[in-house]
Formats: sequence, C-alpha cells, structure tokens
Amino acid sequence: MGKKVGIEVSIAAAEAVGLCDVDVVAAYPITPQTHVVEHLSELVASGDLDAEFVPVESEHSAMSVCCGSSAVGARTFTATAAQGLALMAEIVYIASSMRLPMVMFLSNRALSAPLSIWNDHSDTMMVRDSGWIQVFCENGQEVYDAIFHSFRVSEDPKVSLPVMINVDGFNLTHVIEPIEFWDKEMVKAYLPPFRPLSKLHPDKVLSMGAFGMPEIYAEQKQAHDVALTSSTPVILQGWDEMAKLTGRKYSAVETYRAEDAETLIFAMGSICETSTIAVDKMREQGKSVGLVKLRLWRPLPMGDLRKLLAKAKDVVVLDRSIALGAANAPVTSEMRALMYHEPQRPKIHCMIAGIGGRDVTPDDVVKMVNMALSEKDYEYHIYGVRG
Amino acid sequence: MKVKLREIVPFDKEAEEKAIQKDHGLHPDDKYLKPGRIPHIWCPGCGLGVVLTSFIEGMRRKGLSVDQCAVVSGIGCTGRVAGYLDMDTYHTTHGRAIPFATGLALAKPDLHVTVFSGDGDLFAIGGNHMIHAARRNVNLKVLCVNNFNFGMTGGQVAPTTPLEARTSTTPLGNAEPGFNLPYLAHAAGAIYVARWTTFHPRQLVHSISESLGKKGFTFIEAIAPCPTGYGRPNKLGSGLEEMRYYREMSQIRNGADLRDTEIRLREKIIVGTFINTDRPDFMENYMGKVVARARAKGKGKEKGKAA
Ligand SMILES: Cc1ncc(C[n+]2csc(CCOP(=O)(O)OP(=O)(O)O)c2C)c(N)n1
Ligand code: SF4
Repeated sequence: MGKKVGIEVSIAAAEAVGLCDVDVVAAYPITPQTHVVEHLSELVASGDLDAEFVPVESEHSAMSVCCGSSAVGARTFTATAAQGLALMAEIVYIASSMRLPMVMFLSNRALSAPLSIWNDHSDTMMVRDSGWIQVFCENGQEVYDAIFHSFRVSEDPKVSLPVMINVDGFNLTHVIEPIEFWDKEMVKAYLPPFRPLSKLHPDKVLSMGAFGMPEIYAEQKQAHDVALTSSTPVILQGWDEMAKLTGRKYSAVETYRAEDAETLIFAMGSICETSTIAVDKMREQGKSVGLVKLRLWRPLPMGDLRKLLAKAKDVVVLDRSIALGAANAPVTSEMRALMYHEPQRPKIHCMIAGIGGRDVTPDDVVKMVNMALSEKDYEYHIYGVRG
Repeated sequence: MKVKLREIVPFDKEAEEKAIQKDHGLHPDDKYLKPGRIPHIWCPGCGLGVVLTSFIEGMRRKGLSVDQCAVVSGIGCTGRVAGYLDMDTYHTTHGRAIPFATGLALAKPDLHVTVFSGDGDLFAIGGNHMIHAARRNVNLKVLCVNNFNFGMTGGQVAPTTPLEARTSTTPLGNAEPGFNLPYLAHAAGAIYVARWTTFHPRQLVHSISESLGKKGFTFIEAIAPCPTGYGRPNKLGSGLEEMRYYREMSQIRNGADLRDTEIRLREKIIVGTFINTDRPDFMENYMGKVVARARAKGKGKEKGKAA
C-alpha cells in the first residue's frame, strides 16, 4: 500500500499520470487545468518521467497531437477546460470515432459568454454525445485513482476508446486533500503495457481516417455505439481489480442513505459531498431523503439507474448546466427519458444549481429539495437566480 | 444562500467622475478610461500600464477621439485593456481578436480599429489569423504586448519564449526558439512594423500615432516586463529591474535587417521602426477589383439590388 499525503488534487493527478509512465503529454494552458500540466512538465524536465511534453499552440493542436501519438501506440494524456474543450471539439469526435485510446483530465469550467473561469458542467455536456467514456469524481482520491483506471480501460483492446475524467474546477482541482498514493509495483500489477489493436507502423502499412461514404457511415456509427455501450464490463472489472489492490471499491452508481428513501437527490461530481451533508440534515429532521451519485456518465448505466430510481417517489436532479431551449437540463432530460417506459416511475424534478461557479452549500441543497417537492409545474428551475 | 451577491448598480459615469475628482482630481487619461474599473488587475511592475498609457497618448497625438476608435482584444492580462478603455471595445475569445476586428474594420471603414493583445493570443492560438490579415492588408493596427510568456494563466511557455528561457512549463529551459515577430509580420505583408520596449515610451507613442495614420495592416511589438510570469523564473528581478534589463539590452536600429531581430535570452534586443511602406489595402483592392467590375456589369447593391 502506498503512502498517504496531503497534496493538491491537480498535483496528485499529475503524479498519477507520471506513475502510468505516459509517453506523450500535449496540452495548452487554461485555468483551472494549468497545475496538472505544469507539474507534468516538471516531471519530464527532472527526468522522473520519460515522456514527450508538447507545449502546443492551441487545444485544437493538443487533441490533434494526441490522436497522432495514440495512433502510433504511445500512451497519451491531455488536460483542458471549457473554452479549450470547445476549441478541441472537432478532434474530440475524431479521437473517439477513430477508437484512439487516451486520457483527458477535464477541469470542469463554465463556457463563455460571459467569460467565466469558475466551475460548472457545461463544458463536458457539450461533448456528451461524442462517444468518449466520461467519468465524474467526487473527491481527490477518486481523481487520483481514476487516472490509473482510465488508462487501463481506454487501452483495453476490447474498449479502445478515449476516457474523459471530469474534475470540478477549483472545487476539486485546487484543494489540498489527503490522498493515498500508489507505488510502482501496484501500477505495474494494475496497468498492462499499451498494446493497440492496430497502429501506424512502417512495417505494416495502414490508412486511418478514410472517407465514410453513405453506405458505410451508419455502420461505423453503430459500431462505435456498440463499442461504447459494451465497455461497461471492462470499466467495472477495472474497479473490481482496483478494490483488491487498494481496498477502495468504486461503482458506476453509488448511493448514500438511499435504501428506503422516498426522495432521492441525484448528483454528479464534487456537489455529491455537499449533498451527503444535506441528506444527513434532512434525515435528522425525519425526512426520508437519500442520494444517488452517478460516477459513470458515459456509457450511462441504464439498468442500475432504472432500478434505483423506480424505488423513489421523487427524484431531485441537481443539474450543473443548462440546455437552452431544450425540454430540460441535460441530466434531468436523460433521467426522464430513461424512466418513461417504466411501469413505476418517480416524479423527476430539475434544479439547475451552481452554474458559473455560484457556490452551493448543504443548506442550498436542502432548500432545493423542499422547493422541488412543493412545485406544481415540473419545469426546470435555475436555483438562486435573481430577477 | 450564504454567499453575499454583489448588488447590481447601474453605471453612472457622472457620479463616478465626481467621486474621482473628490478623491484625487481628474487624471488627464480619465476620459479615455473607465475610472470605475480602476484599480486594474495587473501586478506591480507589470509593463501593461505603460503600453496602455502610450496607446492613449498615441491617440491623443493623432487627434483621435474615443468615438473615432475601437479596440479589440483577446484573452490574457493584455486582453483586459478592452475593459479599461472607455470606448467601443470588444473582449473576444482567446486568439480571435483579429477576425473580429476584421469584420469591424470592413463594416466601418472609417473607424480606427486597433487590436491590442498579448503575444500568446496573437501568435499561439491566433497565429493563423495574424498572417492572413497581414497578407490581405486589412486596415488594422495590431499592438502586440510581448512579455515572452502566457502571463494570465501562470507563466507558461509561449511561441515568443526565447530558446533556453525558463517558464512554468519549461522549468529547465525552453527547447524551442521563439518567433522573430517583426520578421514574421513583414513576411506576411504588414506595411508598418516597429518594436519598442516599455523603456521607450516616447518612441512607442510615436510609432502608435504614426501607425494610426496608415491605411493597411500595421504591427507594433511592445516588449513589456512580466515580473510574475517571466521575470521571476529567468532571474530578471522585479518589474523595475526587468526594465533596466531592457534598457541595457536594447539597441535602436531603425530600418534594421529583420533577419537580425531575433530575441535570445541575455542578448541584445534590436528595437526601432523597421518597415514603413504602402500598398493597397484590402478595401481598396476589393472595391477596385471586385465591386467595380460588378458595377460595370450593372450589378451590385447600388444598382437597385436589395440590401
Ligand atoms: C481556447 C482557450 N484556451 C486557453 C485559454 C486560457 N488562456 C487565457 S489567457 C491565455 C494566455 C495569455 O497569454 P498572452 O496572450 O501572451 O497574454 P498575457 O496574459 O501574457 O498578457 C491562455 C492560454 C483560453 N482562455 N481559451
Ligand atoms: S502576470 Fe505578468 S503580464 Fe500579467 S499582470 Fe502580472 S506582470 Fe502583468
């Protein structure tokens, strides 16, 4: 077992990437991602990590470099946020459609305009249909562990897809937490070397990125969808193996005091820790409230979610982004769609909270639950908005 | 909610000016600035204030009022000028100041449009726009503040960081050479090219006012200390000491051969007005070649086509 250290989450994540012996890091600086990449550049400069660090001229180039390096079989990492992801978006779709393994650390930040450097989930929701595996983290230890897990899953020949680790900007990236480190032996036992199914190599010539004519495009999309949805067993196995190594067991969906709860709060990311405090408060008041925390956003663990949500009378989704002009915010929309054909389905309420870095306290969560339970219209609400 | 949200108070310029006069009298630059926005966010010793003052002075010298000018900036410490100037300004996304300004300059040909942005914004993420606007000779004045790094995000390596210089992402020295900006601007087609440091405010003001009188794409590089991002890792000391460094390193050579203006760490920096020529700008070419031909054929808006 590794040692436990008090460390900034971004630095710990970079240490984990270093332990994975990554080959190529390509990134362009953007707040609040910078500390991850700066620490990696230090590891490379000091010789502790034998990797190519490419300080590219934009995020579009960063993701392009990552595609190139992954295509030749190099273990590849990048990190970005908001505007950076938006600029990358073209190549984000390419990376997953081309089935190129790599890991992205996304320090979640609100999209412009107005310009904001603070946390919400609008950036990751923008690419939710891009075919990447997307996981959320609640605390520093989860972020650290997710790095090893993500490389393992991404590079598994049965999966061969890029993985995006969502880390709430500032709320998680910049906090100092006690994190239990892995040692080299553990990583060696857990993460096999990257052996891609196919790669660009002069001895075995291969063309990638070819045209998809109308008679093949739909099949390619279906194949991608199948690959993504059938990656779940590998993802779960990765967490099972990690539990044997570290004693920490992760799953796609987790709950807190939810067994008999009539009302379920539904959340993703660091707001989950805030919500557990709110649940305790409401339980003290004798209210039957629990929490569902979703770690695996893509592929969505539909079976698990249906089972969990069906047991409740009300579900209050804390959405961390808005879908302007849509029926509802992204997470609520999916949960409603998921439950539509179920014989027994809860009322699903939408509370859009903590956008653009607006602080959400446990009391706010309590208020949101009360507001949701007393509402009549089942529309979405932007919590705390003035005017 | 626990957090106290800021009251939304409508901006009242008169009241603001009165308050300032009461405190310390009206500064001559106040009519160019939004006094309510001051104090600014820049670090002590940062060169950005000098460049901003020089720009205002250049405008004044040219006899331009705030109504005749627009300033477009990208993202970065430099980009913040758009928020401080009391005129039509636009703070674009990172790297996109030039295309935004192109639209502005073409739609309002009488406006003096200045792109005021950082070296990273203009030459990393926005480098492509820079060379194409210069090639087209769009009537834009580019004022590039070069502090040799990405200041705002914490001093990372930029495409202007000299070989071997240290930054937060090149802790043991940069393995890549930086761009020679005047050479690049000239090669891409700029009709006016100058470089000064913040130690040369008079010359900088002169170049700014001179460029404001040109019709076409002009480029001025203003080298500025960034004690926080660049000075510290390269042991250049405080902002003042970095100024001293630029004083000692600079060599004025107007009209210098631009192959010689590359910047290396702890070597001389050639400054001066290097290029001052003229050629038809984008609008002139476009009106002369495309629009005139269409009109000759009886087409185009003037001939009764719907606007
Ligand atoms: C698409 C995108 N990528 C990255 C960033 C983060 N970012 C903000 S400012 C900046 C660099 C600014 O450097 P420079 O243009 O040299 O200006 P300075 O701060 O040095 O004045 C970066 C990378 C961003 N805002 N948008
Ligand atoms: S970081 Fe550098 S450029 Fe930015 S305000 Fe500070 S000194 Fe100026």
